[in-house]
Amino acid sequence: MAVMLQSVGMASISATFPDLSDKFSVRCSVPVIRFDASSVPGWIRGTRKAGKITAKAVAAPSENASSAASKTGHELLLFEALGEGLREEMERDPRVCVMGEDVGHYGGSYKVTKDLAKKFGDLRVLDTPIAENSFTGMAIGAAMTGLRPVIEGMNMGFLLLAFNQISDNCGMLHYTSGGQFTIPTVIRGPGGVGRQLGAEHSQRLESYFQSVPGIQMVACSTPYNAKGLMKAAIRSENPVILFEHVLLYNLKERIPDEEYVLSLEEAEMVRPGEHVTILTYSRMRYHVMQAAKTLVNKGYDPEVIDIRSLKPFDLYTIGNSVKKTHRVLIVEECMRTGGIGASLTAAINENFHDYLDAPIVCLSSQDVPTPYAGTLEEWTVVQPPQIVTAVEQLCQ
Amino acid sequence: MNLLRNILKPPIKSGFYHALISNHNNSPLLAKTHASHSCVSRFESTKAKQHARLCNHEEEDYDLNNFLQGLDFPGGRVAFTTQMKFISEYPEKRIPCYRVLDDDGYPVANSMYEQVNKETAVKMYENMVTLQVLDTIFYEAQRQGRLSFYLTSTGEEAINIATAAALMPDDVVLPQYREPGILLWRGFTVQEFANQCFGTKDDYGKGRQMPIHYGSKKLNYITVSSPIATQLPQAAGVAYSLKMDKKKACVVAFTGDGATSEGDFHAGLNFAAVMEAPVMFICRNNGWAISTPVTEQFRSDGVVIKGQAYGIRSIRVDGNDALAVYSAIRAAREMVIREQRPILVEALTYRVGHHSTSDDSTKYRPPQEIDHWRTARSPLGRFRKWVQRNGWWTDREEDELRGRVRKQVLSAIQVAEKMEKPSLTELFSDVYHETPSILNEQEKSLRETIKRHPQDFPVDVPL
Repeated sequence: MAVMLQSVGMASISATFPDLSDKFSVRCSVPVIRFDASSVPGWIRGTRKAGKITAKAVAAPSENASSAASKTGHELLLFEALGEGLREEMERDPRVCVMGEDVGHYGGSYKVTKDLAKKFGDLRVLDTPIAENSFTGMAIGAAMTGLRPVIEGMNMGFLLLAFNQISDNCGMLHYTSGGQFTIPTVIRGPGGVGRQLGAEHSQRLESYFQSVPGIQMVACSTPYNAKGLMKAAIRSENPVILFEHVLLYNLKERIPDEEYVLSLEEAEMVRPGEHVTILTYSRMRYHVMQAAKTLVNKGYDPEVIDIRSLKPFDLYTIGNSVKKTHRVLIVEECMRTGGIGASLTAAINENFHDYLDAPIVCLSSQDVPTPYAGTLEEWTVVQPPQIVTAVEQLCQ
Repeated sequence: MNLLRNILKPPIKSGFYHALISNHNNSPLLAKTHASHSCVSRFESTKAKQHARLCNHEEEDYDLNNFLQGLDFPGGRVAFTTQMKFISEYPEKRIPCYRVLDDDGYPVANSMYEQVNKETAVKMYENMVTLQVLDTIFYEAQRQGRLSFYLTSTGEEAINIATAAALMPDDVVLPQYREPGILLWRGFTVQEFANQCFGTKDDYGKGRQMPIHYGSKKLNYITVSSPIATQLPQAAGVAYSLKMDKKKACVVAFTGDGATSEGDFHAGLNFAAVMEAPVMFICRNNGWAISTPVTEQFRSDGVVIKGQAYGIRSIRVDGNDALAVYSAIRAAREMVIREQRPILVEALTYRVGHHSTSDDSTKYRPPQEIDHWRTARSPLGRFRKWVQRNGWWTDREEDELRGRVRKQVLSAIQVAEKMEKPSLTELFSDVYHETPSILNEQEKSLRETIKRHPQDFPVDVPL
């Protein structure tokens, strides 16, 4: 299990298209714009500096034309990548501010906001009393009057206290005010099942929030996409919930020096394949990749997609994959009932039924509160051997 | 000993507004000044204001020696006492209520208030009448089935209009739902009110909210949201935004008495106090939260006393006295902006109307009580007497105004009833900044369904 927390040989994560040789200005005609409204959303235009932009992250497998590019760049841990993205956005736009418990001079409980207060002052990086509904409400009020707040829930589970503000106000006020008030806020924090943190600290809030209209949800899983998604979320005019995972904060990776922003609505191709589509996100990506090694040894060729965008789903990338492999396995940390997997299963069945050769299999946690005991906790989360078995059964 | 006591006594500040700051115990040793110096462990941009925490003891119990030997705990120094004394749950005397005009509209002797000129007074009165007429007619329209829902502000016109008159256009208002008078004062037309209530295509909310859920970015009035008290934490956020912009404006957040029981009330006030946010919290204590009287809502001396619990300066004012409300809000606003601190204003009043058109309050309170407040204690009657006595208003002008407004409102209703509703596209727009493909698909699917079964869908909604 320890291998989960190292950089899982992700040197293959390159940030260029295979035919790019060196750094040059990429016209960001990223082929996967989901929103029909405009051709190139402003946020992509905004990232163009003179010269070097790296476009969306597509992890090409080992044939790595840009190994030169990956030797430049700098190495950092996932929580540092989040902090770096946040810092860059705060430098770029004076309206971006941070609020949360202990985010200021303490630097945040997971050190994501480390040193930000020193740099930007403790009005822009605001320590708040312990009232999640309060600072979430505060962020909404500030967003409606022109600021771009980023709020940190110390643990995603605590944001359940802010559910009313998130659902009734954050998601709704843009709509009910007739478009008069926008709420460009980012709500972020660590969630997911950790190491014996107990039930209340192991919540998977993406299940509960996925129905709320008006919000977007993304989940990061690598330092590269953490930074890119953080930046995209801050630049978005919509309220975005960015799900981080407690156990992924110390992942190390080399990321580009140049500025880049990822798309909030895109999935990430982790490993192209032919036999089966495995859809996953956040920490389960690493369990899936470990299972993938075993599967490859057994002669299977799984296609692994990190869906990243939990609301809305990137049905374009997912659909293309389903049309290729005709078999789908979803691996998630949410509970069986009402989780992201349940919604994704429904969406794929509705849209791509004709392309499926077998029913969709969804591996999730059981419908139990996460136990404290280490062994019990391990059994409630999906483990690589289960993934291998599921693929074998699916591909019979 | 005496010398030391004099040093510890804070300087008496002169001036109208400063004289208003007092502690009902009248203990001179309660420090009202705040030594503002940067706390070294913090950074430059905020100066942690340290409150000189002297103990709040009666003169007899006070012992300088005890203070000097006091106990050092996180939060400050306290003197100790050998007397085990519990603070009473209820003050000896209730906090008095600030008023200017008596029930007959005569200024009470020795009352201190801000003078109002003829123009402002007449405008205030006219707006109060307009609000009353608007409420009456819209309420009747709902009873006739022409409107689905309505909620009146009857009995609270003075709070609405006098507050609006005391604020500036830049002040951002976060209403609960019984404050349409602010919009009226700021220029929202009768037709615009009707458009929202009838959900027409000209409604700024695009027909998405229940009636009376007005909102206007132009007039700095945040859209009404039904859940109670959710606007209170948001007020701290708006104030934070104003603070960042260094604007000379304040935030005004309204609540009712019932809302003070919500968790958001506690959180919002605590936050505002800690963040030193320039927010004015105005609580319309009208005695009733639907059928719950205040005696069943809280056990404290009303709402004003809760201010001190959060470190927020507060005042209790007669909400049916337009001049008192005007003066108090003007003073409060000045303090809020100058000192960058929150203030709590409790305006005592009475909810003359039912909670809304879904309520019949005669079921839980005596009709005579309602009648008494509607007539003898009406804020309009009282203010009118004062205005007329000044020679600024006549009965004839009253009749003219009422007739004119009535015609306006009726015509606005007729226009709104006939107006087109928002088109089907507005069902799907503004959910996000740009409509995503999944919603476009859902819209397409709905349109196809309508095409196939046109008889099952409303005819007055343009596609």
